[in-house]
Amino acid sequence: MSDRLSVLKTYKLYVGGKFPRSESGRVYEVTDAKGKWLANAPLSSRKDARDAVVAARKAFGGWSGATAYNRGQILYRIAEMLEGRRDQYVAEVADAEGLSKSKAAAQVDAAIDRWVWYAGWTDKIAQVTGGGNPVAGPFFNLSSPEPTGVVAVLAPQESSFLGLVSVVAPVIATGNTAVVVASERSPLPALSLGEVLATSDLPGGVVNILSGRTAELATPLAAHQDVNAIDLAGADETLAKELEIAAADNLKRVLRPQPVDGADWSATPGTDRMTAFLETKTVWHPTGSLGASGSSY
Amino acid sequence: MAPVFEYAPAPESRAVVDIAPSYGLFIDGEFTEAADGKVFKTVSPSTEEVLSEVAEAGEADVDRAVRAARKAFEKWSALPGAERAKYLFRIARIIQERSRELAVLETLDNGKPIRETRDADLPLVAAHFFYYAGWADKLDHAGYGADPRPLGVAGQVIPWNFPLLMLAWKIAPALATGNTVVLKPAETTPLSALFFADICRQAGLPKGVVNIITGDGRAGAALTAHPDVNKVAFTGSTAVGKEIARTVAGTRKKLTLELGGKGANIVFDDAPIDQAVEGIVSGIFFNQGQVCCAGSRLLVQESIHDELLDSLKRRLSTLRLGDPLDKNTDIGAINSAEQLARITALADQGEAEGAERWSPACELPSTGYWFAPTLFTNVTQAHTVARDEIFGPVLSVLTFRTPDEAVAKANNTPYGLSAGIWTEKGSRILAVANKLRAGVIWSNTFNKFDPTSPFGGYKESGFGREGGRHGLEAYLDV
Repeated sequence: MSDRLSVLKTYKLYVGGKFPRSESGRVYEVTDAKGKWLANAPLSSRKDARDAVVAARKAFGGWSGATAYNRGQILYRIAEMLEGRRDQYVAEVADAEGLSKSKAAAQVDAAIDRWVWYAGWTDKIAQVTGGGNPVAGPFFNLSSPEPTGVVAVLAPQESSFLGLVSVVAPVIATGNTAVVVASERSPLPALSLGEVLATSDLPGGVVNILSGRTAELATPLAAHQDVNAIDLAGADETLAKELEIAAADNLKRVLRPQPVDGADWSATPGTDRMTAFLETKTVWHPTGSLGASGSSY
Repeated sequence: MAPVFEYAPAPESRAVVDIAPSYGLFIDGEFTEAADGKVFKTVSPSTEEVLSEVAEAGEADVDRAVRAARKAFEKWSALPGAERAKYLFRIARIIQERSRELAVLETLDNGKPIRETRDADLPLVAAHFFYYAGWADKLDHAGYGADPRPLGVAGQVIPWNFPLLMLAWKIAPALATGNTVVLKPAETTPLSALFFADICRQAGLPKGVVNIITGDGRAGAALTAHPDVNKVAFTGSTAVGKEIARTVAGTRKKLTLELGGKGANIVFDDAPIDQAVEGIVSGIFFNQGQVCCAGSRLLVQESIHDELLDSLKRRLSTLRLGDPLDKNTDIGAINSAEQLARITALADQGEAEGAERWSPACELPSTGYWFAPTLFTNVTQAHTVARDEIFGPVLSVLTFRTPDEAVAKANNTPYGLSAGIWTEKGSRILAVANKLRAGVIWSNTFNKFDPTSPFGGYKESGFGREGGRHGLEAYLDV
């Protein structure tokens, strides 16, 4: 039996629901843990980052305005699509992180389960973080969480898929839109995620995925005046500080990287990664209460 | 036409306050001089009279205060919540007992009318301590985990517009959650914080749990930059807020910022005009407009513009400006000569850019810092008075035709702190409130505050919330 020559895939970015190459025309070599060539990934430029922000902003109104139920349905469908491509991700994660097939499978399973977990949060987070406030006066007073806007997400460098899912899902579950910078060394699972997102009824622009040099892409994103928040999970200490300073210019919400290297992405997350990118809106309205006596009923 | 009845003067007595000629820093339970002996004067903005001389903290003093707070933290954080709660209840009660004295003091040092310090500031100050007292022994029910931990030493820098209220917003949740604090009040309004130090003494609060350092921006900068501070809370200008965000970058300090605003007060054509006018007045002339969440941009539906403006001007003509200690006074003094100069320059710029300026006939006292309530009409979104925070009694009026246009104009600012909506149509309130990018939205009311109600901004108005359950998060390791 002669070996069949496989068809190679050109990995592309995922921006605005489309799959462009980098506008710069640049690529870089992605290798597996042993240094074997896997693919050429797009080496995104600052312009790609800016285009991704434009796409994310354009998508924000629709996505944040969708019902929480609808967002949940779409996130759940993404999990379904991921499940169908499970084998592909296991292979990609095994290559990317140098894991045995069973360990890679455990990572992928955890990532899919995590995606389902966040899908379930879409219509519950408002009840957990918001509610009525008993003010001392005749007012109806209600606090509700709202997405902060466009979030730049620097995906964790080491955990190419579970880490990625752990930082992307909470951002969009709460109605934000995201510009994601994939793990620099292992971008392929992230670029493949784009293919799943595109076929899961997720509106174009809600998640935009870039591959390339994290530092090169993070700098313009942290300084971008139309980015509302930044997740520094994939930045090292020096870069994180620099980015945090840049983010102060328009008072971006900043989620700092874990204090210790190699965050444990397998631990069950709390709500922190969601609340970090939520605003609290409090609305007051007079109740027209009839004075202290009220009704006798 | 002369009014039929004149107001008789109704001055509040100054005798209820005993202001010492000089005050030290309050560190580790004692009043002490600054290490280098520096002092500055605090004046009454309505009379320019020097009220007292206050120690000016330098870096050495800031360091000493932080060390005192660190030392106190161990015991204070280990205290059962129920015990911390009782200290806070004591403080709340003493504030109620001394509220007349504190109201007069605040009016003297800040220039705001006694009507406001007595009826708004002081009741809210006490209410904040009561509210957070009740949280101290219920933190495991607050939704931040079973055993939420305090952060450590909180460095807090507060502004001059609500000196005692901002102190309460900062100190009450910090203490309830088991943190200790070093607080720096504003340079122009240090006195009520120093009186609060005396309240801590009366309440028997352990030494070092609350430290007050007076001084200017340099002391504030030293405090926020101090390596042994775990939490920084700041209320003030957006420019300083950004500077602080840069300062704490790359550290593990937790940061919350309560910054500027340019609130839109949107009046639809079906709004009850008289109520809206009252809301507009309280929105921008409360505390002489020196309010971060002031409704400084009035957006009026075009069809009622003339009618509303007539009513508004008529109402403004009845506002009484003058002695802040007079109980009839609506508009007091601007807090400082510097602030008056800033307001004056921005208002002049509005006029130079072609907006139409109007103020009611209004006699300004010859001493002190005063600015007449001012309206700008024919304002476009490009005008400086429609974009920059003025932090004074200056209202810019813009118009709109459709709800979408109102929302677009309201959101057309880097700020996102507050907004107002006036309409009789409930579904419109909810629809517009949904679309406004602001942290606090008052519908058919304005400038209401309550300790149970989270307060804070979107965008460049800062991050984090004060008040309510949400306000605890800023002081917990979550």
